[in-house]
Amino acid sequence: MSDKSSSQALKDFVSETEEIIGSLNLDLVRLADSVDSGDCDPDVLNSIFRGAHSIKGLAGMFGFDDLSTLSHSMESLLDGLRLGKIPFNQFLVDTLFSSLDLLIKLIDGKSNDEDFTLDLTPVLTQISQAAQGAEGSEENPLADLEIDPAILNVLTEYEEHRLLENVRKGRRLHLLRLDFDLTSFDQDLAEVTQQLKQQGEVISTLPSAGDIGERISFQILFGSDLGHADIALLLGRDAVDILTYGDKTESQEPADFVVKEPPEILIETDETRLPEVPEDTDSAGSMRSISRTVRVDIDKLDLLMNIVGELVLSKSAIANISDRLKMTDEKDLASDLGKTTRILERRLHELQKGVMDVRMVPVGQLFEKMTRIVRRVANEQGKKVELEISGADTELDKLIIEDVSDPLMHIIRNAIDHGLETPQERRAAGKSEKGTIQLLASQKGNHVVIEVNDDGRGIDEEKVRRKAVERGLISASHDLTEEELHELLFMPGFSTRDDVSDLSGRGVGMDVVKNNIAALSGMIEVYSRFGQGSSMVITLPITLAIIKALIVQVGKKTYAIPINSVLETLMVEADAIQTVERREVIELRKSTVPLLRLDRVFAQSLDEVDEGRRLFVAIVGLADKRMGFVVDDLLGQQDVVIKSLGKALSFVKGISGAAELGNQKTILVLDVAGLMSEALRGESALNV
Amino acid sequence: MSKKILIAEDSLTMRSLIVSTIAAMGDYETVEAANGFEALRILPREKVDLIITDINMPDINGLELVSFIRNSDNYRETPLFIISTESSDRDREKGMSLGANAYLVKPFAPDQLQALIREYLG
Repeated sequence: MSDKSSSQALKDFVSETEEIIGSLNLDLVRLADSVDSGDCDPDVLNSIFRGAHSIKGLAGMFGFDDLSTLSHSMESLLDGLRLGKIPFNQFLVDTLFSSLDLLIKLIDGKSNDEDFTLDLTPVLTQISQAAQGAEGSEENPLADLEIDPAILNVLTEYEEHRLLENVRKGRRLHLLRLDFDLTSFDQDLAEVTQQLKQQGEVISTLPSAGDIGERISFQILFGSDLGHADIALLLGRDAVDILTYGDKTESQEPADFVVKEPPEILIETDETRLPEVPEDTDSAGSMRSISRTVRVDIDKLDLLMNIVGELVLSKSAIANISDRLKMTDEKDLASDLGKTTRILERRLHELQKGVMDVRMVPVGQLFEKMTRIVRRVANEQGKKVELEISGADTELDKLIIEDVSDPLMHIIRNAIDHGLETPQERRAAGKSEKGTIQLLASQKGNHVVIEVNDDGRGIDEEKVRRKAVERGLISASHDLTEEELHELLFMPGFSTRDDVSDLSGRGVGMDVVKNNIAALSGMIEVYSRFGQGSSMVITLPITLAIIKALIVQVGKKTYAIPINSVLETLMVEADAIQTVERREVIELRKSTVPLLRLDRVFAQSLDEVDEGRRLFVAIVGLADKRMGFVVDDLLGQQDVVIKSLGKALSFVKGISGAAELGNQKTILVLDVAGLMSEALRGESALNV
Repeated sequence: MSKKILIAEDSLTMRSLIVSTIAAMGDYETVEAANGFEALRILPREKVDLIITDINMPDINGLELVSFIRNSDNYRETPLFIISTESSDRDREKGMSLGANAYLVKPFAPDQLQALIREYLG
């Protein structure tokens, strides 16, 4: 590294850590404000935790061992606090403040001299003291309570929140089992609830399963300051069976219970993570790790996911056998097998869900990477850029995060390079010198939407048009809608900048970006206002791997449509289809939905369409667009495991992969986003 | 004998809406429960072929009802739909993993519910 670039890198380091420290400071003040109440805001705490984590990562990258050690210790302390293992008190807040002071001094010193350092010992000792305060603490929240998963599973989001509130208030949790006569259980239960409410909060009332005969029993989750004996006294009933959580004498296996925040598994790969601080820098004397996280190689998770996938397929095969058995004389056997299969299906669903959950990581990881890109590109381009991030805690499948990283980087580079003007241009246009790039993530149902907005010059539609004509993509007389113009940006080899810059124009065009996103079953849209800025909106599925699909018949072939893009299915008479501006549409609840005939797309049409025939339409939607796929028959829903077609076939349009059905048949999975945008662009170019 | 559908929903308007949606199909009988407790009373007495429940009810919530139903011998396999105003992903996931067969978000299109009923009751 040359002196010049290394000093530039150091500058970047300082400016980024300063930013983090700024927000750390604010958050710490907020945390300190709440110390008297004893309730700390989990969001503030998480934000502080993330701050320390980011500094640790940056420091590790620059080889600043002192900073790494310090931020690592802070991180561990905060993690303990997050998990309720460390009491929240004044000493802890003081410790965090002195750690922050030391961080600031270290970074300050290093901005002038990289070798600058200070003695960490006093603060590290203080941190380990604060961490040790954990032992025997009264304030152990859910983490150490054994609450039956059957109870936790039926709590609504709000009830979960109430449960946590009760824990935070230091209340004890009791599970009451009460047994009532079926004829009067509602009054009796109301009476008990009334009594209980005067002494605490009834969090949940769960009817116990099993034989409802003459009697019915309930389990009530109750938070109160009262102890076990007091409650028995209060209710004075014989039939009360009270289990008080936290009254345990020995430690329990963690696997036996579900806690509010299940031990998180950090999934990290080398490409995205900054170099790790060696574990032996842990300042605490204890060998026992405070952190309740486990790092797992993503390959292991993939393997697990594949096994789950195979299981799902085997299940489908069994279901198939069970259906066939129904046709025979073995009706009882068929029905038993059917029931067992459905139970298996439910458990598999839970397993699948569990494995998927583990794969989910916050997009913050990705955004963190982007902040560095923004800074670098802005410096190289001599532009002033402010980056605004929101929704960093939105979760997405780790693999999708990996794969969307390059396209996102490209979009951001484009936004700074092509979108934002130079400070001079901005001044002349009456804008502030500093341009803004917004990076937003949010979850919408089964999709995550990532937006990159800039307040730059926007897309010059005239220029795009001219360029497209020049390149022979459209004819000069061709009339295009705004949407169609924007679609041109994604055509191979399209670039409106005359001087291809080092950054954006390195042969990777927006067409590649689009293809990469389509490969993830996602879609990208552009919105722009000339002079005011543009916005790129990426819509991605939360996870890939196993999906539910609608199986459809087109001609003699079957295809799968990912169910998360299917809004509804309809059966229409052939004459309900109208033609508007040479496009086929149907009327659906007072709006018009364009149709795409899959038989034509895939050249499956054998005979002339019989006019009186009934057709099936799957209404698909992505972002705010809707379209009806016309198919010959709907064959039902099924879990399918998507396998990529491989590089060799990646050019095939309209198909995002192949899937195995339970009966050893392989079918193609439709690329809904691709089909929609191709179809909206025009009927051309879609012959596969 | 026509198949019977239990509707557990505390809002009268919503309940009548569901009942009339089902009535329009012609083939099914409905039983109504104005809250979770009523549903608990009805279940042991009546042979029900499909259950539709709201999530937010005053006494026991829909998830608790689903859990109860899925753990009771008589109704382990009975198709069950959750209908809720909130499209809380967490509640939906919980509902589905407790064994609900479908989750509809209010307001839903009547034909959507009808299609689901047809799918499960034929």
